[in-house]
Amino acid sequence: MASAGVQAPRDGIPWVKWLMRLLVIGYLFFLVAWPTSLVAKNTFANGFQGISDALDDPDVVHALQLSGQVAVAAVLINLLFGVGVSLLLVRFDFPGKRILNALIDVPLAVSPVVVGLALVLVYNGRYGWFGPWLEDNGLQVVFAKPGMIMATAFVALPLVIREVVPVLEEMGDDQEQAARSLGANAWQTFRRVTLPGIKWAIVYGVVLSLARSLGEFGAVKVVAGNVGGETTTAPVLVQQKYQNFQQETAYSVAFMLAFAAVLCLIVVALLRPKEAKK
Amino acid sequence: MLWFSLLVLIPLAAVVVKAAGGGWETFADAVTNRQTFAALRLTVLTSVGVTALNMVMGTIIAWVLVRDRFPGKAILDLVIDIPFALPTIVAGLVLLSLYGPQSPVGIHASNTRVAVFLAIAFVTLPFIVRTVQPVLEEMERDVEDAAASLGASRFTTFRRITLPTLAPAIFAGASLSFARGISEYGSLVLLSGNLPYRTEVTSVRMLTYLEGGDTASAAAVATIMLVVALAAIVSLDIIQRRVARRG
Repeated sequence: MASAGVQAPRDGIPWVKWLMRLLVIGYLFFLVAWPTSLVAKNTFANGFQGISDALDDPDVVHALQLSGQVAVAAVLINLLFGVGVSLLLVRFDFPGKRILNALIDVPLAVSPVVVGLALVLVYNGRYGWFGPWLEDNGLQVVFAKPGMIMATAFVALPLVIREVVPVLEEMGDDQEQAARSLGANAWQTFRRVTLPGIKWAIVYGVVLSLARSLGEFGAVKVVAGNVGGETTTAPVLVQQKYQNFQQETAYSVAFMLAFAAVLCLIVVALLRPKEAKK
Repeated sequence: MLWFSLLVLIPLAAVVVKAAGGGWETFADAVTNRQTFAALRLTVLTSVGVTALNMVMGTIIAWVLVRDRFPGKAILDLVIDIPFALPTIVAGLVLLSLYGPQSPVGIHASNTRVAVFLAIAFVTLPFIVRTVQPVLEEMERDVEDAAASLGASRFTTFRRITLPTLAPAIFAGASLSFARGISEYGSLVLLSGNLPYRTEVTSVRMLTYLEGGDTASAAAVATIMLVVALAAIVSLDIIQRRVARRG
């Protein structure tokens, strides 16, 4: 506020500024901040009782473990694939590059239910395109872990790529060429020159993907089916518990998921300035 | 590339093929089904409404985040990203706790169309803010100052200088926000009550088909959704070019 007077000629009429400020804070407060804080309040209505009760429930523990495993697997896949595609998009020219670039964003625009449906149609063990063949070779995809990992990987696909591509573009390839002319092979160049440059971009991408993967609901629900709790992930469990009127458990699990998500955001927020200083 | 095809391209192609396999009849059946049509109309209209709201609010929020300075702004910046990172089912639960039956403010919006609007507004909040913000940050303020010094009023400066610069970002964000809006599922499951004809959205309708084993109809609806999303993205791109040219 003290600076408002000094900046007045640039920042304009004070009441407009205050109005905008108030409008934004109010909107965000009612739409996001207040509801989110209520989940925390509902969870801790009876102190830590709700959380400890939830953690005693084997279903909850199983769902959390499953969510964790699926998310980590999907993030690892997206990490490898994401860095590969980013390099491909920035460093190489090939026909269809623009199409690939546009297609990368498709998972952001497609409904999770459609993602699930699409995967079921192709990898279903009975009438899918590849499903029967894979099943004969002992790999069940749909209604099992591999399908859930694929669904999660699909949904979180663009996140790593969209973080890494701009950094790669900005970096240019002078240093890589220098390394190569000094006799480094492709792998050495990547490990010693490219990787340190995109390190932070990768970290953001991974943290964001992790947040997204942990919470994926629609796609996983369709692909996982409902095999007696075997394939119930944490978000699906929240829905089931809520609809079974076990609201306290639902809120506890929801709080844990929300907490993990907000934690991921805080990690990203703390990391960003570090890179700017570098 | 192969992985990308296996994961994204082939499955999406399978949806279209499956839908086309039933011929036009499947489409016609799906669209003329009154319940499906109601769901489609609700989804598209609500998403248009939310996107319009987001275009205004998103730009204002981005403006405040970039140009204004006050204590607690960093927290505000963090809050913007919450809807993106929060699991959608948790987002539904979160909104339900404030606007549901146990609401501390006495607003009981669950199982109504207001709830659908709220949920979509919640999950699409970050898109326009996050696309406009970097552009606003990079924008030279000299141009605005020049306009102001040449006697342009604040409103004229905004309309003639600031808005045209931001327009591409606003429209890019809007198409993302619309696509996300029509595809929303998780947050609506608990909040909207999924009443047929009233608050049932397309994603929920699709899942009903799917659970009933009617994959052909589900695929037909899915294809319609893909086409609507694509049409929206293309038309917003065209509008954006028009606006940019005129500015």
